[in-house]
Amino acid sequence: MSSFLQQVINGLSIGSVYALMAVGYSLVYSIMNFSNFAHGGVIMLGAYIGLYALSLLSLPFVAALVVAAFGAGLIAVVLEKIAYSPLRRRNAPGLYFIISAMGASIFLENFVVATIGPTFRTYPQIFDSKPFMIGDIALGRIDVLMFVISAISLGILMFIIEKTKVGLAIRATSYSAKGSAFMGVNVDWIIFVIFILGGMLAGVAGMLFGMRYTVYPQIGIITNKSFIAAVFGGLGSLPGAVVGSILLGLIETFASVAGYSTYRDLIAFALLILILVVRPTGLMGKATEDKA
Amino acid sequence: MFSWYYISGILILTGINLLTVLGLSLLTGFTGLFSFGHAGFMAIGAYTAATMTMQFHMPLLLALLLGGVVSMLVSLIIGRLTLNLKGDYFCIATLGFGEATRLILDNVQYFGGSRGLPGIPTYENNEYLAIVVFINVLAIVAMVFLIRSRHGRNMVAIREEELASQAIGINVFRYKITSLAISALYAGVAGGLMAHYLGYIQPIMFQLIKSTELTIIVIFGGLGSITGSVIGAIVLTFLPEVLRTFFQWRLVVYGAAVILIMITRPQGLMGGKELNLKAIWRWVKRRRGGAENDSSAIS
Repeated sequence: MSSFLQQVINGLSIGSVYALMAVGYSLVYSIMNFSNFAHGGVIMLGAYIGLYALSLLSLPFVAALVVAAFGAGLIAVVLEKIAYSPLRRRNAPGLYFIISAMGASIFLENFVVATIGPTFRTYPQIFDSKPFMIGDIALGRIDVLMFVISAISLGILMFIIEKTKVGLAIRATSYSAKGSAFMGVNVDWIIFVIFILGGMLAGVAGMLFGMRYTVYPQIGIITNKSFIAAVFGGLGSLPGAVVGSILLGLIETFASVAGYSTYRDLIAFALLILILVVRPTGLMGKATEDKA
Repeated sequence: MFSWYYISGILILTGINLLTVLGLSLLTGFTGLFSFGHAGFMAIGAYTAATMTMQFHMPLLLALLLGGVVSMLVSLIIGRLTLNLKGDYFCIATLGFGEATRLILDNVQYFGGSRGLPGIPTYENNEYLAIVVFINVLAIVAMVFLIRSRHGRNMVAIREEELASQAIGINVFRYKITSLAISALYAGVAGGLMAHYLGYIQPIMFQLIKSTELTIIVIFGGLGSITGSVIGAIVLTFLPEVLRTFFQWRLVVYGAAVILIMITRPQGLMGGKELNLKAIWRWVKRRRGGAENDSSAIS
């Protein structure tokens, strides 16, 4: 029983980091209706910024986290200005956005390979590796930290979306960009906000992920799984992204426990196809229709 | 530095890329479906063909064909399941298919798992180049005939306006799945060619980035243009090879170039036009005719 609980907690902690990444995909999808594959690159850069903030600038942990968040947010916004904004002005079809995003992700990944190098880097040890003990359940400090920080960040995001004026505008724009533009919503500003929010969460997620595992340029391949989680929950739905991520985290953890760890990624991608076949809009996604 | 051995090697690689790109051009450029999973079809063809020549000592051409056919059969299943998805979701599903194929191969010990399959029979470069050129010529001719036929025009109609083509009685699903199956056949044969050129295959060769690269070549050449795909495949295979000394920066430039194409000239190099003798003649005539019109306007 205790080992079961232990695995649940492991699943929750990795699932919560997936959730931080997945809401970035979902935020962009809800407003701009395309899958932002460059998001993995932003997460990767966030991990590197966090790493250097800790090791080179020797900032305290919380300060490094803030630096990683703002750095990644800035990168996401610049990326939007360069790679998507011109397409937006021309009303280009959604698939052009995806290809531009793929280009951006190739660019970011290989830019890091060419400048920083392809080697794996590890974060300096800032936390005691000795786990907390609650009864006979051992909780890794980093696992607990991952869960707590993710929960706080997602809480802040939900507050912004649900309670503030900007959040109201974001929700309105996700229903109808044209309609809300008529009602005086500055869509450019909304897009700026969602990219900076998604980017900041990506920075936090990248740093947490890097601390738990390692940092390397191809980290984006792993973050693709958070995209699967977003599809699982329903692209464009924030609660869906969170639920999908937690479920994916739990499924992966239990697959590893059951001895299928080599099949872990395969399970994620098989799940992706299965969802698309059975219920393409995911658990709570918004349905799209082709209009003539 | 540029010995014939080196150049013929690049030509073979160009031919292999071109074959896949031709198929993908039918799917993306003429039917309007984007795929991020064609490396998966290449992988299926490569592993099938390699197994056929290694285990069953089949002749090369037969093994290649079989690789293509198996890949086509898989595409029929995938298409059946996913072609009804709207918009982005089909392309996400192909992405899932491509990655899943790679991960399955990673775990199948019969195919060597992630270490891959070594010891595939290879051929002398010139002889192999002849085979590659032969298959490509065949593939291009077949593709041109297909696109100029009624079926090809129906596919273009689906690309332009899916709902309207359904309304005038085109069986949209059937044409989409045919298009996918033919593109998978091309990719499968290309995969087999790749296996028998390199002599070994590994699942990592068929990653998402390979699929992306193929789609990028099609877009670079221009959607809905076969000559565009040919030029695209040649330029985008030669350029990275020539730039190999800047190995690390090569893909950085590549990524930046993709964004640049998308934001400046998304219709690609050829933009739906074909380059053939007729087009050149028409262009020359128009230049001359235009000049005459101008002079008449002045007088």
